[in-house]
Amino acid sequence: MRKSLISIQDFSKEEILHVLETAKEFEKNKEQKFLEGKVIGSLFFEPSTRTRLSFETAVNRLGAKVIGFSDASNTSQSKGETLKDTIKMVSNYVDMIIMRHPLEGSSRYASEVASVPVVNAGDGANQHPSQTLLDLYSILQTQGTLENLTINMVGDLKYGRTTHSLLQAMSHFNPKFIFTAPEELKMPKEYKDFLDAKGIEYIETADMEEHIDDCDILYMTRVQQERFTDLMEYERVKDVYRLKASMLAGAKPDMKILHPLPRVNEIDQDVDDTPNAYYFKQAENGLYIRMAIISYLLGYR
Amino acid sequence: MTRKELVVSALENGTVLDHIPAENVYKALDILNLKGISNQITIGINLNSGYFGKKGIIKIAGKFFEDDELNKLALIAPKATVNVIRDFKVVEKKKLVMPHEITGIARCKNPKCITNHQPVKTRFTTMEENNEISLICHYCEKITDAKSIF
Repeated sequence: MRKSLISIQDFSKEEILHVLETAKEFEKNKEQKFLEGKVIGSLFFEPSTRTRLSFETAVNRLGAKVIGFSDASNTSQSKGETLKDTIKMVSNYVDMIIMRHPLEGSSRYASEVASVPVVNAGDGANQHPSQTLLDLYSILQTQGTLENLTINMVGDLKYGRTTHSLLQAMSHFNPKFIFTAPEELKMPKEYKDFLDAKGIEYIETADMEEHIDDCDILYMTRVQQERFTDLMEYERVKDVYRLKASMLAGAKPDMKILHPLPRVNEIDQDVDDTPNAYYFKQAENGLYIRMAIISYLLGYR
Repeated sequence: MTRKELVVSALENGTVLDHIPAENVYKALDILNLKGISNQITIGINLNSGYFGKKGIIKIAGKFFEDDELNKLALIAPKATVNVIRDFKVVEKKKLVMPHEITGIARCKNPKCITNHQPVKTRFTTMEENNEISLICHYCEKITDAKSIF
């Protein structure tokens, strides 16, 4: 059965744990070329640095070859070709498609017209499941467990897709959430309804310093200008939170700061040298997780 | 019951859709693809109704529908009743059942949804909560309330 990864909810709790376990294996040994002879399509209709490079590195580390593009303006899409036609055509060449596209739902649609597995590397503000899995991996690596943790999400909780997917994924593991956001960027009702239905506790606050000391994970996000349809709203909220090393004095010793990156000014440079900073290692973890996702979906792990 | 319907116009064979919210009668015609067909159609809007205040009614001569087609109406007229008429008599009365999934009839309200940019048939899962119907887009996963999708 051809399986794609479009939304984090496509994976059961067991599948999530399996992929995390597999990623550990790749972290120990990243030279495993069992995909030699395979070709993977890397279709980036929207710019990306980290995600594209780590996916393509993962493919190379596994011994497969990459074809694709990193900018849709060089493709027939710019001549008006439909996404369906592009995906059908590429499906004929490759064993798997990894795609990022600015339109929401584009990856789900692609997975329905493709004859090979599709991995969603981000569809607009909707889903970015490999980011979620690498977040989970980073939490597991630093806390030793995913169960019963307190996660403080800070920043843009309205448009930030990483917080929405992480919330859905963590719901398997009995978490507690703190949502730190200005009024304009609060966690949307549908996600709070989701937590209510599952009986998961959450607190909302606008004060960033209120819950730094009682969380296990401080999940920082950037306010992303490209997600706003209202620029005035962006100007009002872009600089509301700025984490400084001095704020971490009372934090739990094992508390780790995660950030999907790129950061702008929401984390001061002086935080980088604290033992709580984990965001660069988190980005590195993306490689192992992506190796694990590709191997799992192609049936090798 | 039979007599009351005869007051509007007698239907020998066909379907009567009753208790449609008055403001949704045109949408109902859309959803059932009745625009442009050659059957005789009688439409009543803002008829007095004890239960609804103002209701709408649609009578379609010589046409019978599959349940799947009719159930799409549950989105905009959850309380509608369907009367199947043969030889001037109501031979069957039906209530609508909210379909679990609807395809191809509503638009996603998310301007960035793929279905609003490419020739993709829309697809939603329905959800009912406190008598409010909302739809979850199969593609962009955004929730739209049923009132804002037509």
